[in-house]
Amino acid sequence: MDWKVLLEQAPSGGMTYLGWLWSGLFWTLAVSVCAWVIAFTVGSVVGVLRTTPLRIPRALATAYVELFRNIPLLVQMFLWYFVMPEVVPREWGDWLKQDMPNLLVLPFAAQFSLWEFTAAVLCLGLYTASRVAEQVRSGIQSLPRGQTGAGLAMGFTLPQVYRHVTLPMAYRIIIPPMTSEFLTIFKNSSTALTIGVLELTAQSRQISEYTFKTFEAFTAATLIYIAITMTVILLMRSLEKRVAVPGYIAQGSGH
Amino acid sequence: MTDFDWGVIWKYREALWDGMLTSLKLFAIALAGGIFFGTLLAMARLSHWKAVSAPAAGFVNLIRAIPFIMAIFWFYFLTPMIVSKFTGQQGEAVGPFTSAVVAFIMVESAYYSEIVRAGIQSIPRGQPSAAYALGMNYWQSMGHVVLPQAFRNMLPVMLTQAVILFQDTSLVYVVALKDFLGAASKAGQLTGRIVELYLFVAVVFLVICLAASWGVKRLQASLAVTR
Amino acid sequence: MSTPESPRPMIDLRHVSKWYGTFQVLKDCTTKVEKGEVVVVCGPSGSGKSTLIKAVNGLEPFQEGEIVVNGISVGDPKTNLPKLRACIGMVFQNFELFPHMSITDNLTIGQVKVLGRTREQALEKGLKLLDRVGLLSQKDKYPGQLSGGQQQRVAIARALSMDPIAMLFDEPTSALDPEMINEVLDVMVQLAREGMTMMVVTHEMGFARKVAHRVVFMDHGQIVEDCTKDEFFGTARSERAQAFLSKILHH
Repeated sequence: MDWKVLLEQAPSGGMTYLGWLWSGLFWTLAVSVCAWVIAFTVGSVVGVLRTTPLRIPRALATAYVELFRNIPLLVQMFLWYFVMPEVVPREWGDWLKQDMPNLLVLPFAAQFSLWEFTAAVLCLGLYTASRVAEQVRSGIQSLPRGQTGAGLAMGFTLPQVYRHVTLPMAYRIIIPPMTSEFLTIFKNSSTALTIGVLELTAQSRQISEYTFKTFEAFTAATLIYIAITMTVILLMRSLEKRVAVPGYIAQGSGH
Repeated sequence: MTDFDWGVIWKYREALWDGMLTSLKLFAIALAGGIFFGTLLAMARLSHWKAVSAPAAGFVNLIRAIPFIMAIFWFYFLTPMIVSKFTGQQGEAVGPFTSAVVAFIMVESAYYSEIVRAGIQSIPRGQPSAAYALGMNYWQSMGHVVLPQAFRNMLPVMLTQAVILFQDTSLVYVVALKDFLGAASKAGQLTGRIVELYLFVAVVFLVICLAASWGVKRLQASLAVTR
Repeated sequence: MSTPESPRPMIDLRHVSKWYGTFQVLKDCTTKVEKGEVVVVCGPSGSGKSTLIKAVNGLEPFQEGEIVVNGISVGDPKTNLPKLRACIGMVFQNFELFPHMSITDNLTIGQVKVLGRTREQALEKGLKLLDRVGLLSQKDKYPGQLSGGQQQRVAIARALSMDPIAMLFDEPTSALDPEMINEVLDVMVQLAREGMTMMVVTHEMGFARKVAHRVVFMDHGQIVEDCTKDEFFGTARSERAQAFLSKILHH
């Protein structure tokens, strides 16, 4: 096995193959974190809407979840990248494909543009939002019914009940499954390679194609993914400890 | 919206159907293999012997830590190597479909092993004890008493995982296997009608998966009644 | 109810000790059950009596001492435990019928899969025993459809279907509602009167008074009393046994 190949100069980017791996890691992190921001905010709203007594918002939220959960992520990626620009008004579609790439020069000499990045983030974010919505919904629904009643009896409006009573507890309960969703988003970010985003998996394949040292390239990427997983798990555990409510044993197991 | 040619879907219906058959074949084999090996992995993880439980746990945790696509690349690369070591043949002993199947079985078995493990652990300990008290050995106790009950309990989760697996078959795109999505993609490149074809693919998946999920929910409801 | 003489005990425990980690749950336990004897094991919660009886058929391993059942050493690594367990019947506190099988299947599965009998032989035996415990009409039902007392009687029939040389009972009536306890005890009394070798962990002192030959009292993992029934109910020697007796005889 020849690990030193990673320190050789790569054909492009003015860096070593190891540098390619780091750039892949950078883009994996960038896509995942930006997508997570969308997933968390949109998912929370949709999840809350799924539990309201109001019929139309609840139906819309359910439709959202069913739509995004029943189409494969890869197909959704293609829909955003290939189909979306064609079905929106012509000027917008053209702007996305032609002008957006020129807005910003992306670091690490990426062979893709802001448009690919945006499409990947939107796709991954809205897809994961549907999963986050389900977690938020089940967290809310696992709380004892009496909590909402107690809040309303005190004179809270329904939004206030959510804000002060329901959601603070619900979010603590769902930290373990949310951790799992956060990890999944890192793994799903690899789907972006199909529209040209050179994230970590893509880079490992590229290195193997240029150096023929497939085993070394894949192992390096695998080790980095494992490191990401372990870091996220540790961070989430410390988060769980910091926000834990004294005397309240969390429902469900730790992972 | 008016200059879409939906007829292209009809024109390429044979290629699309062949792609769907490939997807379904991959799905069926991966499902069967995944459940079978997943069950063995789950039993291994619950074993008292460290030499058995540690590698099983290591395998499952490793597969679950990396992206599915990365796992596909790994097994796509390893399978021909390992097969040619065994059969002594060099080169193309193993085709892309076989490599993809191996990759999917490996990944699904890791995910199914977690489900089956939870199922086995949900059975009260008195059940295998009663089986042993009757004189059954480990395999008889598992086969006649524990696993039947575990599968019954886990059926809804296993079916949901099957729906996810069906969606994941689209990932063979990354190794250029001609499944349903691949066929649509190829047709799209040939005709330039990628919008129509990709929308068609999305709708087909949506309909199949919605129907399947709805079926699982109905099954769950009827199971809850008979409990 | 005479105690028959036999060359060696059916169940022989010698200096048995067991630890869970650093906690010692059985301390140097020595006792025996002769062929045809009925021995009742009683004691407060946590005294180790369930662990002791589960050690007899190897469901609980032990670190020190010896247990010999019908001449076979339970702790010997070379012993074929499934074969041994097929000869000893066990009845559990929570009945542990297999919920996914009908009553009939519960009765036949051990006979067919372990003893190798044909399905016809197993059915004949199983249904005969089911009738003996008074539940033939339930043969096609599932355990979930039976009451606790009925399930336990089926469990006894299931154990008997294996033609055991001895029967172990681990608190067979503790999980039952009071009105169902007697239907199970009646079956056990009948079994004792027919000469079955029985080791019974129970709180039911009425049963002990009726059919037991000996009573073993355990506390904190040790055997504190091991005497004949008359001696036990007459003048039990230790304070702890007396205190225990006085507490439970108010039932």
